[in-house]
Amino acid sequence: MTAPDGRSAEGRGELNRSRLHHYAPWVFVLVLALLPLAFPDPYMLAVLTSAGIFIIGAISLNLLLGYTGQLSLGHVAFFGLGAYTSALASLGFDIGIGFGLRITLQPQPVWLGFIAAIIVAGGFGWLLGRLAFRVRGAYFVIITICFAQVLRMVALNWIELTQGPMALISIPPFSMWLPGQGVVPLYSKAQNYWLVLAVAVLAFIVVRQLVESRIGRALVALRANESLARSVGIRVTHYLVIAAVISAGIAGAAGSLFAHYIRIIDPDVFLFIYTVTMVIMVITGGKGTLWGPVVGGLIFGLVPDLLRGHARPEAQWVLYGVAMILFVMFLPRGIVPALASLRRRA
Amino acid sequence: MSDLLRVEGLAVHIGGLVAIADASFVVPAGQVVSLIGPNGAGKTTAFNVITGYMRPTKGRILFDGADITGLAPDRIAERGIVRSFQRTSVFTGCTVLENALMALHRRGGAGLLGALFRLPSARREEARLRAEAWAMLEFTGLAERADTLAEVLAYGEQRRLGIALAAIASPRLLLLDEPAAGLNPSETAACMALIRQLRDRGATILLVEHDMPMVMQMSDTIVVLNQGRIIAAGAPAEIRANPEVIRAYLGSGDWQEAAHAAA
Repeated sequence: MTAPDGRSAEGRGELNRSRLHHYAPWVFVLVLALLPLAFPDPYMLAVLTSAGIFIIGAISLNLLLGYTGQLSLGHVAFFGLGAYTSALASLGFDIGIGFGLRITLQPQPVWLGFIAAIIVAGGFGWLLGRLAFRVRGAYFVIITICFAQVLRMVALNWIELTQGPMALISIPPFSMWLPGQGVVPLYSKAQNYWLVLAVAVLAFIVVRQLVESRIGRALVALRANESLARSVGIRVTHYLVIAAVISAGIAGAAGSLFAHYIRIIDPDVFLFIYTVTMVIMVITGGKGTLWGPVVGGLIFGLVPDLLRGHARPEAQWVLYGVAMILFVMFLPRGIVPALASLRRRA
Repeated sequence: MSDLLRVEGLAVHIGGLVAIADASFVVPAGQVVSLIGPNGAGKTTAFNVITGYMRPTKGRILFDGADITGLAPDRIAERGIVRSFQRTSVFTGCTVLENALMALHRRGGAGLLGALFRLPSARREEARLRAEAWAMLEFTGLAERADTLAEVLAYGEQRRLGIALAAIASPRLLLLDEPAAGLNPSETAACMALIRQLRDRGATILLVEHDMPMVMQMSDTIVVLNQGRIIAAGAPAEIRANPEVIRAYLGSGDWQEAAHAAA
């Protein structure tokens, strides 16, 4: 058996740990960063940008699903919370809360909305982490699904705040100080692409720092053998909460990027299908590996758009499903671990 | 000598079953105390209650004078009681070295900020933990297997890793649940040597074991459980001569053989 080409883009990912290829991830990032200059095709950049936003979501889900082993099927809740928080902060709102009281918020700068999105999503992540300690397994999965559904209902019906199905429109884009131009809104595809790339790199680094530390070891220990982990003094709640808060915070950041990139959001951001997309990205790429969600995210973020010109949407979804089943059957641990073991054997 | 662990009037009912009816015993600091008895006598239940995996129906557990009854396992471990498990218990999917590092959790204190920003204190701690992990693997003879996945180890090695993981957390009280179960004579000898070394390093040990020669050689005190009650406690020589103990083991005259047969 021969080793896969170690220099291919995906190959770089799982080689991260070997000292020889220490630089490879940065080359990968550099290639992605230079892409808009080499191929300034707006359609391709748009596809990559929305794939990138979902990859950030998948990176955050991987922390919970891959490293702590807790299946949160409501992960999109944090994404949607981030999107709504950020959009509402940047648009401002004026709502009645009963007793003749009103809460009014003047439109805030977008970066403040971005931070608020992380904090609000992280706060709900804290709640979910506390809950995960009490209910496990199927019950936890059901509660997370309900959580996302309830938020969708709130977004649909709290029209005064969210405009319900009429959607929040005219959400301002991110603005940033650029050399020679001062502070300008990021309207171009390439600018948004770079912004998403930067946040994705940051999210990746946060997760890497976390999982390659004493905290990450505690998370993996809890997943691998919870009784044994507790017997050596690893506190379950403490570490599940840390993982849930950080995971939710990153998902909230992704939601905020989404809101200010698409610039219109409706309650459909809470749809179950988005959670499923992220779960598929993590599982096919390899849960519990740093590069799994990136590899899985690139494949499942790009393939549907590449197929768009060749197959009807219905056929696409069937293909999607078949691909997923094949992955689970033949690469149950995901692409990245499979490549890693191929390399070890070679 | 002070008592490190006091079990007072312990009773455990599981549904309608009385697993432990009424048990009181002490583990003096620095000793090896063995808890023996026929299968179903309540030995593992006692372990589960002491380490917080089960709640007692009645009774108290005092560790170093403090009441730890009903605390969560991780809290009890933080206070310094660490156990091994009867069935092989390792962190699967992780290498032996990673297993050791995981078990060293309590020896470190690096938090979120230390991890995210790789603070110098966290880096120093990480280096220290790695050195400790290697030292423990050398000590337990597992250093050569450091990069092997734990579940791939031979059975005897997995058992040894299980003990090492409990010992590595540097407990004040180490509870070993049948460490020699399923080991061949030479592996058993190695296991005994390891337990002695752990005791010499200052750990107090509470042992559940069916291997009677091992129990007789290792123990300072033996506590005999039968049908959820303690029927005898004393030095190995006293226990060997105790008629009630002999009766409990199938009424056989040679209870050592009977115990072997039961194990």
